[in-house]
Amino acid sequence: MAVGGGKIKSIGAAQSPLLGFAMFSPALLYIGLLIGAPFVLAVFYAFSDARIGGGEMHYVGLENFRSILQSPSFRKALENSIIFTICAQIIVMVCANILSIALEKPFRGRGLVRFLILLPWVAPVSLGTIGWKWILDSIYSVITWVLVWLHIVKPYSGPYWLGEAKLAMASVILVHCWRLIPFSTVILLAGRTAIPKEIPEAAAIDGAGFWRTTFQINLPIMTPILSVAVLFGTIFTFTDMTVVYILTAGGPYDSTQTLPSLAFATGIQGSDLAAGAAISLFLVPVLIAIAYLMLRVAHRSEVI
Amino acid sequence: MAVVQTRNVTKVFKEGELGAVNNVNLETREGEFLVFLGPSGSGKTTLLRMIAGLETPTSGEILIGGKVVNDLTPRERRIAMVFQSYALYPHLTVYKNIAFPLKAQNVPKNLHKEKVEWASSLLGIGALLQRKPRELSGGERQRVALARAIVREPSVFLLDEPLSNLDAKLRLSAREELERFHRRVGTTTIYVTHDQVEAMAMGDRIMVLNKGVVRQIGTPKEVYDDPADTFVATFLGSPPMNLVENDGVIVGFRPEHFRLAEDIREVDKLTFKFRVENVEYLGAEFILSGLLMGGKADGKKVIARLLLGHSYEAGTTYDFAISARQLKFFDRTTEKKVPAKALTWQ
Repeated sequence: MAVGGGKIKSIGAAQSPLLGFAMFSPALLYIGLLIGAPFVLAVFYAFSDARIGGGEMHYVGLENFRSILQSPSFRKALENSIIFTICAQIIVMVCANILSIALEKPFRGRGLVRFLILLPWVAPVSLGTIGWKWILDSIYSVITWVLVWLHIVKPYSGPYWLGEAKLAMASVILVHCWRLIPFSTVILLAGRTAIPKEIPEAAAIDGAGFWRTTFQINLPIMTPILSVAVLFGTIFTFTDMTVVYILTAGGPYDSTQTLPSLAFATGIQGSDLAAGAAISLFLVPVLIAIAYLMLRVAHRSEVI
Repeated sequence: MAVVQTRNVTKVFKEGELGAVNNVNLETREGEFLVFLGPSGSGKTTLLRMIAGLETPTSGEILIGGKVVNDLTPRERRIAMVFQSYALYPHLTVYKNIAFPLKAQNVPKNLHKEKVEWASSLLGIGALLQRKPRELSGGERQRVALARAIVREPSVFLLDEPLSNLDAKLRLSAREELERFHRRVGTTTIYVTHDQVEAMAMGDRIMVLNKGVVRQIGTPKEVYDDPADTFVATFLGSPPMNLVENDGVIVGFRPEHFRLAEDIREVDKLTFKFRVENVEYLGAEFILSGLLMGGKADGKKVIARLLLGHSYEAGTTYDFAISARQLKFFDRTTEKKVPAKALTWQ
């Protein structure tokens, strides 16, 4: 049956190349209009002096890049983007691994727990972040309330979660983790269940305990799927501006500004389109490297 | 080396359901090659996994070397197991696969190389040490799995259908290799299989299981020549033993003992008219299937297995006979073996 099906498909495609094109075109249109065109436009703007509302545009060469490289806000934003991404990924991987181990074996209510863990991923980022903004609010924070109730901090002198540079950064990382853990857990759970059960059993008989089995057997076998989770997570964190925009708007004093949020603040809010475009172009090399790694991982796991 | 014992071992997976293994009592002998033989679902693998410590018995005791090991982890039981799928670690080289048990049991690092080389040379895989499992053939993987099992010199070997993933030709040579290997290391071995030929060829003793119950334990000869019940009688031997009912007992005889009456010299023999329905020529022998004619056994289907010599034709009736000492008797209700009985057939 499978052979017959394949035959029919290939004959159909060969007979009408138009059909193939028609099937392909939505994807092509989507990529071209929503990714390709803005990208070309961004490159174009980055070498110009375009401003929102400004009539004329001139070619200015590398001027935009020179000026943003000298700007302390840009350097801070680049540093923050890297810190956020790395910290969030480390925390996400540790938590997602623990969760995937806990959720692998059946227990009563496992379905409900899986559902609850998945919820943050299903909820829109903006809504979730607004919730967190309230949780971390300077006056109404439930976290502070709990800390007061536990007599850990005194009333009216609780920490300003989003108002102090260090705490604000920690808060942004926390929200990123909250959002990415479900996604990574699901990926790791799939990777874990794909390991034949005889392999950990053989390890147990060979004398390996829990830690050795986890770190020397299970995790190395899961490396391809782990890298997929890390690479996706990196893209999501590195390019995300929603969390920063809603939670801190980059503040206090640019301490939580990231490349995407700085590009937005400069290009759209500050109406300096050219500088905004130049900033966002700095994301490109990082994303290209990640895309390349992802394709390699995908290829390698196919070979195995 | 050690002896494995089980005392009334039972495993029930779901409460209220029939046990996968029921009240199994067995005791291996020192250095013995014991085969668990049974059809799929007979509980043989579950029993092996309980001995390995991968499954907990619902009741009963398991002893290794005279010590109850029910509460010990697989690691503490000092056993080695080869899985049906070999369960090699796919990300490690052959060398590291074999060295893994040494590492896991904290054998001093300077001994690893020597031990891995000893195990790999014993199995002739010295040239493969730097390969990954996916670069090996089925037979090579099996040898790596064996090398990984012997490297830490376990007290008991457990083998779960290790030949079933090999093609027929390789299976034969791998079987011989396993036998040679067992003779060389002399470790008590429990071998699970559903293949009666493997069981007969390799086992010092065979334990026949069906539906979680031990039907018979004995040497291959005892199990084949003197089956304890009709299940054992029909499970061993290909084609299986012929069973014919008469006067409240089941009479069994092996197809190779059912021959032309003129070829049986003994006086004490049972003769039948045998109408051949189908002739299979297998090169070295014939398999005839057909019906017994006349008397109380009229119309009973039986099979005969004959060496070449005569030629037989379908549709013809021959005079066939069985020597009386080759007849086995089983109770009709319990299906257990009963002493020989004089019966009238006409």
